[in-house]
Amino acid sequence: MIERTVTILNKKGLHTRPAASLVKTAARFQSELTIRKDNFEINGKSIIGVMTLAAEEGSTLTLRLDGPDEEQAAAALVELFERKFDEE
Amino acid sequence: MDSPDTGKAQEVEIVLKGIAAAPGISLGPAYLYSKAVPRVQQKVIRADEVASEIERLRNANQRSEKELQKIHAFAEQKLGSQNARIFEAQIMILGDSILMGTIEKRIASEMKNAEFIVADEISKYKQLMLAAHDEYMHERALDVDDVMNRIIRNIQDQKLFSRLEGESIIVSETLAPADTIIFSRNQILGYATDLGGVTSHAAILARSLKIPAVVGLRSATKAVHTGDALAIDGYAGVVIVHPTEETLQALERKKQRFREFEERLVDIAGLTAETLDHKHIELSANIEYPEEIQFARVQGAAGIGLFRTESQLIGKPAYPTEEEQYQAYQTISGEVYPHSVIFRTFDVGGDKISPDTAHEANPFLGWRGIRVLLDRPDLFLDQLRGILRASTRKNVRIMFPMISTVQEIRQAKALVAQAKKELDDRGLGYDPHIKIGVMIEVPAAAVLAEEIASEVDFLSIGTNDLIQYLMAVDRDNAAVAPLYQQFHPAVLRTIKHVIDAGHKRGVWVGMCGEMAGDPLATVLLVGLGIDELSVLPSVLPEIKKIILSIRQKDAKRVAERLLARATEQEIRDELSALIRNKVPEIPLDL
Repeated sequence: MIERTVTILNKKGLHTRPAASLVKTAARFQSELTIRKDNFEINGKSIIGVMTLAAEEGSTLTLRLDGPDEEQAAAALVELFERKFDEE
Repeated sequence: MDSPDTGKAQEVEIVLKGIAAAPGISLGPAYLYSKAVPRVQQKVIRADEVASEIERLRNANQRSEKELQKIHAFAEQKLGSQNARIFEAQIMILGDSILMGTIEKRIASEMKNAEFIVADEISKYKQLMLAAHDEYMHERALDVDDVMNRIIRNIQDQKLFSRLEGESIIVSETLAPADTIIFSRNQILGYATDLGGVTSHAAILARSLKIPAVVGLRSATKAVHTGDALAIDGYAGVVIVHPTEETLQALERKKQRFREFEERLVDIAGLTAETLDHKHIELSANIEYPEEIQFARVQGAAGIGLFRTESQLIGKPAYPTEEEQYQAYQTISGEVYPHSVIFRTFDVGGDKISPDTAHEANPFLGWRGIRVLLDRPDLFLDQLRGILRASTRKNVRIMFPMISTVQEIRQAKALVAQAKKELDDRGLGYDPHIKIGVMIEVPAAAVLAEEIASEVDFLSIGTNDLIQYLMAVDRDNAAVAPLYQQFHPAVLRTIKHVIDAGHKRGVWVGMCGEMAGDPLATVLLVGLGIDELSVLPSVLPEIKKIILSIRQKDAKRVAERLLARATEQEIRDELSALIRNKVPEIPLDL
């Protein structure tokens, strides 16, 4: 089980488009993904869950990955955040 | 010989007044469309029923997805991909395997019926989204609610909407984006709603389908039954129930005149609004939602003369932040570019800003407009900063409503200066030379127009309220409404005074009240020297046609002559005759 902290760099925050990219990316891996914002946790492979995060630009999220491919999953997800989900 | 009493009740003609949302005239039967929220009852199921219950859920999901794909395709075709995107979120939720997996597990473990678990589980997410202080999240909550109800309806096997027999005019409380699918399945002649402003996906759709729409009728759903004969006039913003033969004929004539006129309008849109002797009139549009910009452009508007920012406040649980406002204003200024947009700061009663405001006996003469904003500088500054930040393309102007004193202007301008300084400190850009104007609607401001003009860059005459204040009449009060006289000599002389005062101080004077969009008033206003007219996009071409057909020199003579008249009727009659002679093809509603 590993954790990574990421920041939302997108101006519009984690709206529907990037949320969908996030979920799609997470789905490629076997590992479970939990996303935590402040005291709130959701399943990162659930689009409705990610939608409720209401994460705006600048907010910090903690990604928790648990499974055989957790390292690769973490790397892919962190990169996605850094690339601003290819939106900007 | 007396005809026998058939016992049939005389159906009285009822005229309902609303807001014109899409032009056109249609006659046909009404269809009362109501979207009831499905009722969900909790039921206990047996262990051997679990499998079939899960099957019900899966089938309902599949059907829901098919429906949404159809709606999405239709919306993309008729409204463009931007607007169609709103359905993507709903389709994704249907495909959320974690969510659906949880629901199926709960059906099995709790042994309850599918629709109850669906409602219970999805509502959790809905509540979380509603709890966020974010307009975007609230809209997503609506999406979640919509898809949830769709799934439940399909589980319950309820048909939301049946095919109509023949053509109909839809009458409804409101029309949500997903409801627009009804336009594809049936021959809709037009629609009328109780609620709503001039925009919304339904209005955009109606305009692109070229069918009339009237909104804001308040009680249409109460006055109309399915099958009632209706006439809908999307030019006047009127719906008539059980129209008489006379009314029907008048409408047919009007329809014909507009059809002929509109065929020639395509050419007008691209022309500049200039009189025959080359007096240029800035002809712009009054709007309140960004979705209306496209229509304004198509109609040939030279910019937005009045953008009502109150739409930022409607339907929101909390006052919008500077950031939220900036995003909205920035989108608008970008879409309007290279034309200009004038943002009017919040023109609402105090209760819209401070919910704990004491009830006013006389809100029209009370705490509203600039008065509220000056008393709440924190909120005023949020809006000013939002507007300033959206002005980097240098096509934005600010306008203050309900100004009564020079002091108010100076206070407001001081706050603009403060907002600019705050943005400097934050390293954010704005147009340092942003133009500032005020609405002239309070009589005191009209009288003092010259002094006021010295403080600002432009004046805009708000005739709706100006006339009410001048004539001491509430136009919604049927007992005295006839006193709301646009062509009352006192109104005309006041307008002349304001225009002259503005010009004396070197500022331009425009008009954004309804009078600006009244074809009967155009010649007069041009003759009085108006520089700008900001009107509803739907009437813009008519006004332009008149301007193109006259000479300002002649208009001046007309204005001089009419200013000497003492009664409204004389003035009105002369203007009607004038238009009928000079610009006979204008399909006036006389």
